[in-house]
Formats: sequence, C-alpha cells, structure tokens
Amino acid sequence: MKNREYQQIDPQALATPTPTPPPRPLPEHKTKRARRKWEVFPGKNRFYCDGRIIVARQSGVLPLTLGLILLTSGLFFIFDCPFLVKHLTSCIPAIGGVLFVFVIISLLQTSFTDPGILPRATPEEAADIEKQIDNPAASSSSYRPPPRTKEVVINQQVVKLKYCFTCKIFRPPRTSHCSLCDNCVERFDHHCPWVGNCVGKRNYRFFYTFIVSLSFLTAFIFGCVTTHLALRSQEGNGLVFALQASPASALELVVCFFSVWSILGLSGFHTYLVAANLTTNEDIKGSWSGKSGNEDVGNPYSYNSLIKNCCSVLCGPMPPSLIDRRGFVPSDDSVQTSPVEIELPAAKNDINMVGRAVTSGRPPPPPPPVVTLQQPAISIQSHSTA
Amino acid sequence: MISAPRTATDRTKLPYCHESFHNLQELRHSASLANKVFIQRDYTDGTVCKFQTKFPSELDSRIERTLFEDTVKTLNNYYAEAEKIGGQSYLEGCLACLTVYLIFLCIETRYEKVLKKISRYIQEQNEKVYAPRGLLITDPIERGMRVIEISVYEDRGSSGSSSGSSTTSSSGR
Repeated sequence: MKNREYQQIDPQALATPTPTPPPRPLPEHKTKRARRKWEVFPGKNRFYCDGRIIVARQSGVLPLTLGLILLTSGLFFIFDCPFLVKHLTSCIPAIGGVLFVFVIISLLQTSFTDPGILPRATPEEAADIEKQIDNPAASSSSYRPPPRTKEVVINQQVVKLKYCFTCKIFRPPRTSHCSLCDNCVERFDHHCPWVGNCVGKRNYRFFYTFIVSLSFLTAFIFGCVTTHLALRSQEGNGLVFALQASPASALELVVCFFSVWSILGLSGFHTYLVAANLTTNEDIKGSWSGKSGNEDVGNPYSYNSLIKNCCSVLCGPMPPSLIDRRGFVPSDDSVQTSPVEIELPAAKNDINMVGRAVTSGRPPPPPPPVVTLQQPAISIQSHSTA
Repeated sequence: MISAPRTATDRTKLPYCHESFHNLQELRHSASLANKVFIQRDYTDGTVCKFQTKFPSELDSRIERTLFEDTVKTLNNYYAEAEKIGGQSYLEGCLACLTVYLIFLCIETRYEKVLKKISRYIQEQNEKVYAPRGLLITDPIERGMRVIEISVYEDRGSSGSSSGSSTTSSSGR
C-alpha cells in the first residue's frame, strides 16, 4: 500500500530527488507534472499568471475601454493641466490623478476577478440530483426532458430554482448561467463587454466603483477642458484660436461629451439597483416588478431599507472564490496517496453508476473518494502559493 | 483578482493536518467507499449559506441524529458569522473602498478567517465523531459551497457489498 511504498522509497529518495518535497511521493505512474485546476477549467475563460488572473474568453472591448481612458486622461494631464495649474489651482491635476487611479484600478479588478463562478457538479453530485429528479418508471425516451425547476419559499415569496444542464446543478437563487463564459455566476448582474467579464457577486462592488469614479472623471475632465478653452478664448481672440492652440482639448471634449451621458446614466441606474438590492438581470426580466402579471410580488432579498441595501451590496463581506483556480487537480493515478489500487476500482464503479451524469467531454477530475483527507496532505506538499 | 480571497489551499496548511491524516488513513486501509450522501443548501433565508438539517435516511444506521444535526447547525452558525453584515463588515467594506479594494490583496478578510475555523472544525469532527463511524465529511468549500458531502465507508473486514456501489475487488495489497 501507500504506506509501504512510502517506507520503501524513503531511503531511496536520496538517489532520485523529486522536484516536490513530498512526505508521500506520488506513485510510479505519475509521469507528468500535477496540473492546476485552471488548466482543466470547463468554462470559457482564459487565465493568466498561472491562474491568478481570470478573464472571459472574448476580451470584448476591454482594450478599447482602457485605451480611451488612458488616451483622454493622458491628453488631459499633458495639455490641459499645465494651463489650468498656471491660471487656477494645482489641485486640478491632483484630483484628476486620484480619480484616474480609482478608475484604472477598479476597471482592472472588475475585469480580472472571478465574478462568483460556481464550479460544476462532481459526477456523484450530479447523479444524486438526477436520482431525486427522475421519477421511477419514468419515460424511456431519450430526448431531453423539459427544464426542471424546484420551488423554494424565500421571505414569503415563491422562487423557482432552475436546473442548469451544463453545470448539472440547481442554480441557487439569483444565479444565472452566462452563455458567453459558459459558467453559472452567483448574483449574476450582466456580462459587460466593456470590461470583458461577467459582473456578479464578487466583483459587483468593483464594477460600481468603476462606473461611479469614471463618471466623476469624465465629468471632471469635461468641466476642466471647457474651463480651459473658455479661459484661452477670453485671453486670445475667440474659441477658434483657443482650439488651434490646444487641439487635444477638442478631442477630449468630444470623447467626454459623448460618454458622459451614458456613463452617468449607467451610474444612476446601478445606484438604483444597489438601493433596491436588485440585479440588472432581475430588473430586465421584471422578476419582482409584477410585469409577468403576478400580484403581490416584491423583491424577497431587499432589506426594505435604503441604507441596509446599499451596505449589504457594497460593504458586505467579500465572499471567497469557489473555483480554486490555483489548486492542483487530483489526477487519476496519483490521486491521494492511499491504496491507489483500491481507489481506482471504487472510482470506476462510481463513474459507471453515474455514467449518465458524466457527459462532459472535458476530463473532469475523477471522483476521488478520499479526497477530503488526502487533499490537505497534498496541498501541504505541493502547494507553494495559493 | 490576483490574491482575492484564498481558497481551499490556504486553509489546509494546518499544523495538525499530518496527525489527523495518519489516523484517518487507517480508515482508508480498512474501508472502501460505499456511498456518498449530499446535504443540500437551504435557501429559505435567501442567499446566505445555510445547509438543510434534515437527517438523511442513508445515515440512519451509521450515526445518531443529534450528532449530525449538531454538526450541521454549528456549520450554519459559522457561515452566518462569516456573512454577517454588521459593524465590522461595514468597517472592512469602507476601508476597502477607500483603498480601491487593494486592501484585499494584503489582509485576510473576515470570511477567510471563518473559513479556516470551519476547516479546523470539520477536521476535528471527522476525527472525533465521523471517522470512528466510518463516515467522512468534505468541507463544503471544496464543492463550491453547494453541498456537504458525506462519504460513507463500508468496513472491508465485515461483510461489505451491502447496498451501494462499493467495490469489493481489491488488488490484494
């Protein structure tokens, strides 16, 4: 067994130093390095920095967003600030700088943070759910049965939980499956192409900070540039000369003018959502507004207090990432130290039993029966950083 | 983002992991997995993390109802503590907002601290209560906080292969 192997290998370990410092070296059939979970992640996401950064598959217009912000702010600092500092106050670049930093950092955080992705069900979980759903003596048809729903009462409201065929789970309340990212996301708000990521439970506060600070920044730049041009045209001979003297300002003016309305509008809209503890998804579908003809519906998640809603959405505790991107995949052969020979048949039996549930084409980690205990040990061995 | 709240890995760097592992390893050697029981989430209070305390019938012969319910209730209390919205979480949230959330890269949030406590608690429960009865609890965070997975082992020594899909073929080691 593993123990015996361990004792045998120990004295011989001197001859063949293993790369990882294992108290329990992996069995002989480990030929390739242990892979991190992000490498086998089933959703359509891309990972950088060895799993530290996660983005959607299509980066959307994130480069454009970033480019526009950097360009406009850059032109502002280079061409407008010197004039304004001379004529007005040096607070202007300071304020602009702070806003700029807020915008960039919150944009990057929104784009690179896991929005609250729910990992897909393990095969045994999926089988367990299937058992509960399927009635005995059910149809022998091979077509996909109608969507399954489960009802639950939250705050005297009946909420339907839908079954997700891709992730093989009943979606928790407020969770939705994003087709672009192919993941179920908790408290799904929307998939934002401007930031190239979904906006969900974990990164909503970053997104809100981003749009609010961006509205301030845009309005600030717009105001400053207008002031700049006004002062110049007073000094000089009119607006045309002012524009000739500072052509960059014209570009900034155009960009800011066209974006400030939409961004201000978006900020206002999201402020309303925060105050009502709603998501964009729910608002658009009219889940709680009675559009579908239901009387007596109200948002069951709202605390019915403006302050409490705002605080719970923006200042609530930061939930952890559930997908453990940088964890190691318990592979078939190595898995957990212990009696591998005995584990494998068990795993195979489990897989056979849940055969129907295992439909994913990707290689999911097999259902390691002893993962609970082995994982801690393995983590200690092979995890350098989380 | 980068560091974002730590996940399962950090929690497992516990000092007594090795000892408990060896004790529980005994379970491995003498038992084989028969079944897995899943305790689902209870959404009646909204989206807070809470598990159903209904006693599953598969565990009827394996563990006393009160012990099981105690475990689940304690876990629910821990999660409620982690997700509590009160003075401390407001402070944390406001401070984080002022630093553009960069503070999440530096300090451990309250949620992470509670997750560590939960991990320790589950380890302790496994050692003291569940392993002696041939059961093992998986930390819900390993399953995306969707279920509490309880692995049920059959003692290979006694007549295995009762109901369930336990394997009986062992390669003789």
